[in-house]
Amino acid sequence: MAHTTVEHAADAAAFIQNQERTRWHDQALWFVRAKRDKAARAVPEWEQLRALAGQIKRHTLAHLADYLLQFEEQALRHGAQVHWARNADEHNQIVLEILQRHLVRKVVKSKSMLTEECHLNPYLERHGIEVVDTDLGERIMQLRQEPPSHIVLPAIHIKKEEVGQTFHTHLGTQADATDPNYLAEAARGHLREKFMAAAAGITGVNFAVAETGGVVVCTNEGNADIGVALPPLHIASVGIEKLIPRWADLAIFTRLLARNATGQPVTAYTSHFHGPIPGGELHLVLVDNGRTTLRAHDVFRESLCCIRCGACLNTCPVYRRSGGHSYHATIPGPIGSVLNAAHDPRTYYSLPYACSLCGSCADVCPVKIPLDQQLLYLRGTIAGAKHLPLAKRLLMKLTSFVMQRTWLYTFAGRLARWWLPKLPRFLVYNRLNAWGKQREIPAFPKKSFRELYQNRQRHGQ
Amino acid sequence: MDSKHDILNTLRRDPVPDTGLPALDGPWLTFEQPLDQFREVLAAVGGQSLVAAHEGDLPHALAQLPSFRAAQRVWSLVPPVASVGRDWTTVTDPHELEVLDYCVAPGALGVAENAAVWIAHPTVPHRAALFLAQHLVLVVPGRSLVHTMHEAYARIPPGQTSFGLFISGPSKTADIEQALVIGAHGPRSLTVVLTGTDFPASRFSP
Amino acid sequence: MRIGLFIPCYIDQLYPDVGMATAELLEKLGVEVEFPVEQTCCGQPMANTGCQPETRPLAFKFLKIFRDFPYVVCPSGSCVAMVRYHYREHLSGQPGFEELVGKTFELCEFLVDVLKVKPLAGSFPYQVGIHQSCHGLRGLRLASSSEVVGPSFSKMRYLLEALEGITFSQLDRPDECCGFGGTFSINEEAVSSQMGLDRLADHERVGTQVLTAPDMSCLMHLSGLMRRRGTRLPVMHIAQILAGRAVSAAY
Ligand code: SF4
Ligand code: SF4
Repeated sequence: MAHTTVEHAADAAAFIQNQERTRWHDQALWFVRAKRDKAARAVPEWEQLRALAGQIKRHTLAHLADYLLQFEEQALRHGAQVHWARNADEHNQIVLEILQRHLVRKVVKSKSMLTEECHLNPYLERHGIEVVDTDLGERIMQLRQEPPSHIVLPAIHIKKEEVGQTFHTHLGTQADATDPNYLAEAARGHLREKFMAAAAGITGVNFAVAETGGVVVCTNEGNADIGVALPPLHIASVGIEKLIPRWADLAIFTRLLARNATGQPVTAYTSHFHGPIPGGELHLVLVDNGRTTLRAHDVFRESLCCIRCGACLNTCPVYRRSGGHSYHATIPGPIGSVLNAAHDPRTYYSLPYACSLCGSCADVCPVKIPLDQQLLYLRGTIAGAKHLPLAKRLLMKLTSFVMQRTWLYTFAGRLARWWLPKLPRFLVYNRLNAWGKQREIPAFPKKSFRELYQNRQRHGQ
Repeated sequence: MDSKHDILNTLRRDPVPDTGLPALDGPWLTFEQPLDQFREVLAAVGGQSLVAAHEGDLPHALAQLPSFRAAQRVWSLVPPVASVGRDWTTVTDPHELEVLDYCVAPGALGVAENAAVWIAHPTVPHRAALFLAQHLVLVVPGRSLVHTMHEAYARIPPGQTSFGLFISGPSKTADIEQALVIGAHGPRSLTVVLTGTDFPASRFSP
Repeated sequence: MRIGLFIPCYIDQLYPDVGMATAELLEKLGVEVEFPVEQTCCGQPMANTGCQPETRPLAFKFLKIFRDFPYVVCPSGSCVAMVRYHYREHLSGQPGFEELVGKTFELCEFLVDVLKVKPLAGSFPYQVGIHQSCHGLRGLRLASSSEVVGPSFSKMRYLLEALEGITFSQLDRPDECCGFGGTFSINEEAVSSQMGLDRLADHERVGTQVLTAPDMSCLMHLSGLMRRRGTRLPVMHIAQILAGRAVSAAY
């Protein structure tokens, strides 16, 4: 069977076909970016916070083994149970085993990119456990049986009419309802029932503090908090890159996270868990799943500093005009392109090229990951490993061959400038000329700069 | 080898250059009028604030809220505000709190830069009350206000309580076309009552 | 002061007047300009596609050509960023390489930081839209970018500011990418074109009369889109405006 690769450009072109929706999608995300700018500008020490956040994360990666052990020791002291998972399978097995031991049939889950990455939901469902995503955006996507298209705003690509249809089908709301207040109220009622019926709550984690053994979860809806305040069982999935050394470091990250993500001064709920709810159990599952491999790589290591704020998605001019689904990955956008192509360059070979190298993602990133440079580096890996289509590689070889020979370059330039304008239009503008699909090629001047300049030198100023 | 040691060994096998753990000494943002800043930000995040100069003024201050006056089930953890509906301290199963109209809880400190209020678990026997009640009132001593999260974390003893959280505004979502909806899963309103100096400190300590 | 003039291949072949304007401008400011004719292309198209073996010989060629100049000046932020940031993996340790990195400048940078010129005199009575080419903006920091919190500045604007009658467009999105991105414009044709059209719409909405940039490649893409649609906002490289070219010389 042929290997299926992700072809971002084709999916992006299909997305753009719907001009009205593309504009709407672009503007919705730009609006978030603009709110972020405003919030960032309200903090005079913003750039200092970014620098500190980046340093703290990089330092933590250098001493990750020690910090993980410190975290475990402290967490155990608080009565939490700590599990270690090498990969997604181990993570899923651990979670299932805990749930089965407690005879849990219904679970509520708050947003966690890690459980998405591990495909926990289908795994638990296969074992007869109902998993309800309780973040509104994620619930919408779950009911639609579609993956989220953004890491912070899962349903950013969906219009309220579509939410109305989905809720009409699944929650019995009025047909054609589009009022966000009405729809959110319906979801509130629906999810309250789920919360009341759940026997366990699963959450992700935004930060895990080595010094205290605690985990911190940030949400706006309060869904994580309700989900783990009612049942006695709380399972938190923790990527090992979520560690930060000190309690005081939380100030840096909580000041950055929501401002950079949505332009809010802080999330509505910032919850700190040090041990189980009285009479209950707290399980912390520490997950590697490829993180140690990334960490060992001198270039990709920095991508582990990501705090999943989503700002690089919001700012990316390509993401905004191609939609999250065009990346075919749990994490789309600039950081997703890095993570996925670093992990599986063959499948995701096109993602590093879905980038104009504008650098906006790196400038907006709260931990200063040089995302554009990582994407550029990945292109080298991909071209080097011959994952790039042959035609593109040959074109580059040819260009390089010509450019290495000044006479050939000069000759080719002269020939093209003489010849191209004389060609019939259909020979210049056709299927093979992607440039010419929506753009004219420049008018060809009679003389090149070097000819003009040399003439001028010859004939005096 | 078990997963834990496998992961740790891999991490130790691949040394990574260290750039050092930076000191966090600021200087950080400060406000001339932290109280005004707090109230302004709280309003911007969808909450509202009241002031009560003396402890005895609290019931009167809350009576300004029509929904509070009409509330049938109120659990107040802040005397002299009275609970309504039943003796909520006898609740053993937090699911029973689903019916709460109001929860009135003590907040230990407020943060001017983002209107966050810190609440630690032992002051609220069932934390579910904070999220299940239709409306939430947090009573916060005005003198507890700090400028930024740096000061806030410096004042909170790390890891002493099994649960503690910052709440900034009511629960909200913008997941449907980025339209802000207040009252996602948790409280539909958040009122912060900023109190004067005659409140017993013990009730609020972080 | 003597400089080696580095004219990117596409300016050489397609926009000769940008090169001429650059040379004239520098000469007017008393700089001794020399154009080494062996130069071709800095290798950026290959490098940005990830084809390092194809980039390497061009980096060596560039070093050989420009090694002995006290300064290298180029009217393209993107090509300067190539030399400054991406030659290292090929030329690290080569004699003259570190010096080359330190003495290669984009034109506006050279005028403001090295020559320390005052804003130029002249007249240009138009509303000018400055397109912040990304590699100049976020690579060379020719201006403050909208993402970063701090004082705002723009070397382009500084140079243009004193021209009589000039005003500047206030855009909705002051520094969004135009979508050129080198081979990106071909690889991701649909997104690239859409980005360009959106950029143009912003300029058209605020009434830009002349569109300028420190990189001709962005303008090539934007003007290509306009010519296909029959709209005609004149595009000029900033060197052309600074050298006193009339708008009739615009592309
Ligand atoms: S550099 Fe690439 S990935 Fe980053 S914002 Fe620009 S286009 Fe998107
Ligand atoms: S890479 Fe940076 S900007 Fe993107 S989600 Fe992660 S932390 Fe946020």
